[in-house]
Amino acid sequence: MIPVDYYIILSAILFTIGVLGVLVRRNALIIFMSIELMLNAANLAIVAFGSVFESFSGQIFVFFVIAVAAAEVAVGLALIVEIFRSKRSIDVDQVSSLKG
Amino acid sequence: MHLSESVNTGFLFLAPWLVFFPVIGLLINTLFGHKFSERMIGAVASLASGAAFVVSVLLYVTVSGAHGEAMRWQLAEWMHIGTLSLDWTFRVDSLSTTMMLVVSGVGTLIHIYAIGYMHEDVRFKNDVGRFRRFFVFLNLFIAAMMVLITGDSYLMLFVGWEGVGLCSFLLVGFWYELDLLARPSWSNSFAAVKAFVANRVGDFGFLIATFIMFWAFGSLQFDKVFQQVPTVAPGVIIAITLFFLLGVTGKSAQVPLYVWLPDAMAGPTPVSALIHAATMVTAGVYLVARSAPLYSSVPEAQNIVALVGAVTALFAATIAAGQFDIKKVLAYSTISQLGFMVAAVGMGAYVAGIFHLVTHAFFKALLFLSAGSVILGMERGHHHAAHANHDNHGKGKKGKRKEERHDARAERSHSDSEGADEAHGEVFDPGDMRNMGGLRKTMPVTFWVYMAGMVALSGIPPFSGFWSKDEILLDASMHNQAAYWLLTIAAFFTAFYMGRQIWMVFFGEARHEAAARAEESPKVITVPLIILAALAVLGGALNLPFEGFHNLGHWLEATLGEVESLPLNLQVAGISTLLALLAILISWLMYARKPFAKDQTDPLASLGLFFKGMNNKWWMDELYHLLFINPYIKISYFIAEVIDWRFWHDWFHEKVIMGTYNWISFTGLNEYADQKGIDAFANGLGTWTQSLAGTLRKVQNGFVRSYALSILLGVVLILGYLIFK
Repeated sequence: MIPVDYYIILSAILFTIGVLGVLVRRNALIIFMSIELMLNAANLAIVAFGSVFESFSGQIFVFFVIAVAAAEVAVGLALIVEIFRSKRSIDVDQVSSLKG
Repeated sequence: MHLSESVNTGFLFLAPWLVFFPVIGLLINTLFGHKFSERMIGAVASLASGAAFVVSVLLYVTVSGAHGEAMRWQLAEWMHIGTLSLDWTFRVDSLSTTMMLVVSGVGTLIHIYAIGYMHEDVRFKNDVGRFRRFFVFLNLFIAAMMVLITGDSYLMLFVGWEGVGLCSFLLVGFWYELDLLARPSWSNSFAAVKAFVANRVGDFGFLIATFIMFWAFGSLQFDKVFQQVPTVAPGVIIAITLFFLLGVTGKSAQVPLYVWLPDAMAGPTPVSALIHAATMVTAGVYLVARSAPLYSSVPEAQNIVALVGAVTALFAATIAAGQFDIKKVLAYSTISQLGFMVAAVGMGAYVAGIFHLVTHAFFKALLFLSAGSVILGMERGHHHAAHANHDNHGKGKKGKRKEERHDARAERSHSDSEGADEAHGEVFDPGDMRNMGGLRKTMPVTFWVYMAGMVALSGIPPFSGFWSKDEILLDASMHNQAAYWLLTIAAFFTAFYMGRQIWMVFFGEARHEAAARAEESPKVITVPLIILAALAVLGGALNLPFEGFHNLGHWLEATLGEVESLPLNLQVAGISTLLALLAILISWLMYARKPFAKDQTDPLASLGLFFKGMNNKWWMDELYHLLFINPYIKISYFIAEVIDWRFWHDWFHEKVIMGTYNWISFTGLNEYADQKGIDAFANGLGTWTQSLAGTLRKVQNGFVRSYALSILLGVVLILGYLIFK
């Protein structure tokens, strides 16, 4: 049995990579992937805790998160496509016409 | 209508007719009088008053059948407000029947006399049409006086009180466009206004007293008020009684409000006799006697009332001794005698006061009417003299009275051809005693009735004035020494001025052509005089101070409560009689031993300043002018002239109203409220929002990653807080 700490540490590393990816990269698709990475880091943590506390709640939670993430991806990709159509680029720094 | 509790009400149902009969009389004369002859007008008015007298007698019979018990007859409801209920209820008891007999009896005689008097008066003054008006007013007065004395509450009494005041005003100003000598002037009007204003001051006191009474007793009805006297604080009753005293000083011409009565002699002589001697001016005495339970419960107020009366009695008597006008002497004499009555009722000697009221009504009405007869005789004499001898006018001595009265009258009425003949003569004053003299030969009937009145007023036994005055003096000697001595000295002056008047008017030689040619008055004038003379002589029999008599006292006991019946006190009676005889003797020595001659100065003038004071009414009118009237006139002028268009428009409107409005709108509302308040708030809100937005817009930099960083930092902060809190 692998101790739960390992899962948590892995989850934290994955989440950190995702955060850094969102903050550092300008490509909208990469940012999107980084967001997915953070979601899955969270999923990993949840199922890890679920197995520790011997509860199905964690796994059910994760199913919901995966479903919501899928919906989010559908909306997000549609947005990116639209941005690309108008800007000919998916550089998020270019999308700043509403700045104050 | 409901009957009173008494079983045998007899003629009580007639009580309202005391008022209705005179009112019917005045309505007939008002509506149809223009078609009547003078005789008819006078007959209607006299019958109306006579009918009231008959009713009074019937009511007297009824009340004496009930032993003087008070009976009440409700005519109509008046007002019912909360606990206060006031009705037009007539109260018939021994006091009110006494008053109504005097008022209607003497009033009827004066009505009859007035037929003769006014017949001549309107002709001397060239306005025959005014004959009718006089009798309308006279009947109105009888009606108002009846309301006053039969009212069952203070408010109904007040209705009558104001009604007689109105009649007094109308009748004093009867010749409103003339003066005393029938010259065009407003002085009669001023006299009427003076009477009205002085009475208004008194009525103010009456009203305040009534208000306090309503506040303290919750009722104005006599019986209800008197029942509650023991339960009310004495201080409140003192206030009520003293405010009533103010009303009394106005209506009954006491110090300090007496000044209107001498001027009220501007009215025709029957008015002076009826209103300003016999009836109306005694309303104050009646009021105090009616309020006996109130006054008897507060000796302090009684003392003040008694002293006011006594001081008035002496003060007015001294003035009477220094007057030259026959009616002015009687006017001040009336004030003085009213002082006796007020002093009497003030000392709790209600019977003595009412007794003197009755006898005084007889002899003072007699004296005034006789004086009117003398004046008419003088007018006739003057008329004859003017016609007989145009070149030799009698010289009136009064330089200040410049114009011939007929002449002056002619200015007003050009149809007066006689007046034009008599132009440029000196004015003749038919009422000036210095023009008279020797009238006992030319006017014998008037002389004898005048003598009857004089001995009655002077207090010579056994005439009526002696008995009533002596009773007052006797009560005073027992209750109030100060008042006793004031009244005794006043009695001395009374006899003196009456003696002086008799000697000057009827004895000696005629000092004016008019007096030499004076004529006796007709029967319509002399018959009422003879009846009144009989009453003046015999009136004392009403209440003789001997065992088994005291009739008036026993009669009034039912209304006034226990009355002490004093026997004749020889010491008091002796002193007053001796003083009266002494005074007449002194006046004889001064005015008759060596008859008062034409152009002679008055022998009293040797008293110097004292006589000047008496002759000039102690300058009371001047004092009142100085203290009240002149400041009032100044204020009036100030209001009329300073506070004019320029004041209202330029100053008040432009400066005060517009200025205030401008200041409020420009400085107050515009600058402070609008600009510095609302504007500043709205602008400040805008500016603040703008600057806040300017700060916040920098956050919105358009870089998605920086938004993401702030979300991250926010999450870290919130989580950190949740974990480490």
